[in-house]
Amino acid sequence: MELKKIGIAGTVESSDISIIIEPTDKGGIEISLQSAVMKQFGRQIKEVIEETMKSKGVKNATVRAVDKGAVDFVIKSRTLTALYRSADIDEYKWGE
Amino acid sequence: MVKLRRTMMYVTGNNPANIMDAHLYGSDSIMFDLEDSVSIKEKDAARFLVYNALTTMDYGDTETVVRINGLDTPFGRDDLEAMVRAQPNVIRLPKTETPEDVLEVERIIQEIEEKVGIEVGTTKMMAAIEGPLGAMNAYEIAKSSKRLIGIAIGAEDFVTSIKTTRSSEGIEILAARSQIVLAARAAGIYALDTVFSDINDDEGFINETKLIKQLGFDGKSVIHPRQVSLAHEVYTPTDKEIKNALRVLDAIEEAERSGSGVIALDGKMIDGPIVDRAYRVLELAKATGVYREEDQNE
Repeated sequence: MELKKIGIAGTVESSDISIIIEPTDKGGIEISLQSAVMKQFGRQIKEVIEETMKSKGVKNATVRAVDKGAVDFVIKSRTLTALYRSADIDEYKWGE
Repeated sequence: MVKLRRTMMYVTGNNPANIMDAHLYGSDSIMFDLEDSVSIKEKDAARFLVYNALTTMDYGDTETVVRINGLDTPFGRDDLEAMVRAQPNVIRLPKTETPEDVLEVERIIQEIEEKVGIEVGTTKMMAAIEGPLGAMNAYEIAKSSKRLIGIAIGAEDFVTSIKTTRSSEGIEILAARSQIVLAARAAGIYALDTVFSDINDDEGFINETKLIKQLGFDGKSVIHPRQVSLAHEVYTPTDKEIKNALRVLDAIEEAERSGSGVIALDGKMIDGPIVDRAYRVLELAKATGVYREEDQNE
């Protein structure tokens, strides 16, 4: 998946996470995260974001995330939404 | 045991907190909405969220329903692609006007089932009737597909399209409600009522629930957890109703034993419909947990 522009998804409401993905040419996937549960879950949240991006073949991007207690499937959903918006694609591949 | 559909709670498809908690309030069904409660700009986000919720969360015995966008919008087809794969118990069609509306969705569902290897027919459907044309076609809609488990009335759109407004008595939707109950019963599927919008008016909600129960509906949509127990209470048979139902069945048994052709209880003749109603009361009582078969022998 080729990222073309800034992709934004999610909110800062309880149980949600706000994700902003910006395309870059190099430097891998760089994630800056704010979370009230940073000490306990920070690493896991970053892992879910990174795995979701890699599953779509994204290698380079800057991600800014503000977490409000989102569980894994919410993090994954918001990351996917931001990715598709960033890539400007509205043909989805469900079930992959 | 009879499947209860007394309450179907609306859950906005783009709200993670509600999506995670929805099944904790005891409604018989939860309906994740991708349609009216999700803004045009968030349709993609809601679809991802509901898809991942359904493929991740365990909603236990609570029936899961997803209301998709109509096929006349740019979102309906994608909603189906995602939801048939996610396999909620039921996919709800909005604004159904003709049996062709149902068949068109069914055709796409079948196509996706075949494509992804889901047994054809697995995905169940429910059709919401929200306009006068749909109400006129209610029976044709209700019997249009074996996948349909029920038809529902959506009153907000309905009253607007017949040029009126909603009242607390609901006289303006009486004709449509009646039409929908008749159609559902004739087709052998569930009849489901619309929402009651004022979450602070418990008395109004209870009165409306009593009305739709009396009309023959199986249950109604709810928009707030506090409405769940209120509706369930209305649908729970009273001790008196249960005792009466048991007496009817005892009288039948006694008449069969004695070979008597005419059955009477308290001086009134008992015939087929009364017996059917007694069975229905006991089924509902069993399903709601207020009566067990073994209680009868105690």
